[in-house]
Amino acid sequence: MSLVTATIKRDLVIAARNPGEWLNPLMFFLMVLALFPLAVDPDPKFLSKIAAGVVWVAALLATLLSLDALFKADVEDGTLEQWLASGESLFAMALGKVFVHWCISGLPLTLVAPLLALMMNLPENAYSALFFSLLLGTPILSLLGAVGAALTAGVRSGGLLLSLVILPLYIPILIFGASAVYHAGIGMEYAGQLGFLGSFLCISLTLTPFAVAGALKLNLSR
Amino acid sequence: MWEALKRLYHRMGSPKWFYEISAVWLPWFAIPAALFLIVGAVWGLAFAPADYQQGNSFRIIYIHVPTAILAQSAYAMMAISGAIFLIWRMKMAAWVAASIAPIGASFCFVALITGAIWGKPTWGTWWVWDARLTSMLLLLFLYFGVMALQKAMDTEENSAKAGAILSLVGLVNIPIIKYSVEWWNTLHQPATLKLTEESTMAMEMLIPLLIMIVGFYLLFATLIFMRTRNHVLWHERKKNWVKKLIQPEAEK
Repeated sequence: MSLVTATIKRDLVIAARNPGEWLNPLMFFLMVLALFPLAVDPDPKFLSKIAAGVVWVAALLATLLSLDALFKADVEDGTLEQWLASGESLFAMALGKVFVHWCISGLPLTLVAPLLALMMNLPENAYSALFFSLLLGTPILSLLGAVGAALTAGVRSGGLLLSLVILPLYIPILIFGASAVYHAGIGMEYAGQLGFLGSFLCISLTLTPFAVAGALKLNLSR
Repeated sequence: MWEALKRLYHRMGSPKWFYEISAVWLPWFAIPAALFLIVGAVWGLAFAPADYQQGNSFRIIYIHVPTAILAQSAYAMMAISGAIFLIWRMKMAAWVAASIAPIGASFCFVALITGAIWGKPTWGTWWVWDARLTSMLLLLFLYFGVMALQKAMDTEENSAKAGAILSLVGLVNIPIIKYSVEWWNTLHQPATLKLTEESTMAMEMLIPLLIMIVGFYLLFATLIFMRTRNHVLWHERKKNWVKKLIQPEAEK
């Protein structure tokens, strides 16, 4: 078994044995969603108007919250050094770590979001758009977030810095994701937005692992 | 030509050489910058004709447009210096990148503020969530992120590297800003200045604007030189040549 698949398997096993790792972002997602009707207006008509954006914002924040720990443990216990010493490519490791992160945060969010969108009174014809935009969008969130997580892995209280660094990079994805759902809701074509999300995904799949690898190396010279 | 460029590049790597030569170059940027800015500002604010739709309020473009252009190109320059630092490990490039970040952020901020001041009489509101405005705000956030990261790590080298990586990632954002007007085409008027086509702006308004743009670029260069000189002094403060420079009489 190659080192990458071994790492993926190990991380998935760890996540399966600590359900909090993938449950906490989901619960956070639910709670953030509950804040909007409470704070703004519980009127169903109003909610259905803001549902697309609110669900996307909540998904984005939930992803952001789960990112902080992505590389922390590997940096602290020396796994990262071992990986570098093994001569395996950091590019592959970055992709593997991001894949696991998406499996335990982005994927559950994508699966649960349509259920929670019911509570936000999302228009009926927008559910497939919500599902597909999140399916394409959450991996980008994980990929970009991994850059921030790698950059701040060695910084004490890096969580806040991580959000500061990564949020601006998330905004284009938020715009296209939310607008896909919104346009589907008012009965318009949304393939264009999904197309943009898809191309963003291709770009970030090919480019961000380099940035992650470069950023991870910074943690070694400490 | 190529050889000369290569030699210049290698010399640029030497902080001492940069410190000495930049003292010679500085007035050649600072004085024209002042001239261009004064001429452009007086011409644009006092002599250019008023816009037939927007009246005198359009004159803010003489600040707004140059700062907005510079905010974007400063980011690109910061990212390129960062890349030079990452690839060739040239310390000078890291200091240049660190000098650019606050300058670019200030230009970005000025562009946003002047845009808001212009928006009030023209659009009737200080701020709209238009694509162009939003992406400019985003650029400001990117600057903040880079600046925060440039100070976050425990060694200066790592901080510089982290800032460089982030600015390179953020560079992907620059084309999104540039083409957002065409993509979303919302409230903000499409760019008037085009390199390839004839401008839709009247000559009497355009010339002072171009003068201001050149002036702001020169000002930008001047500021970079000044800030980088400070960085050089600070980082080389333990070196002999800096000690000699600051306390010539302490020499044995």
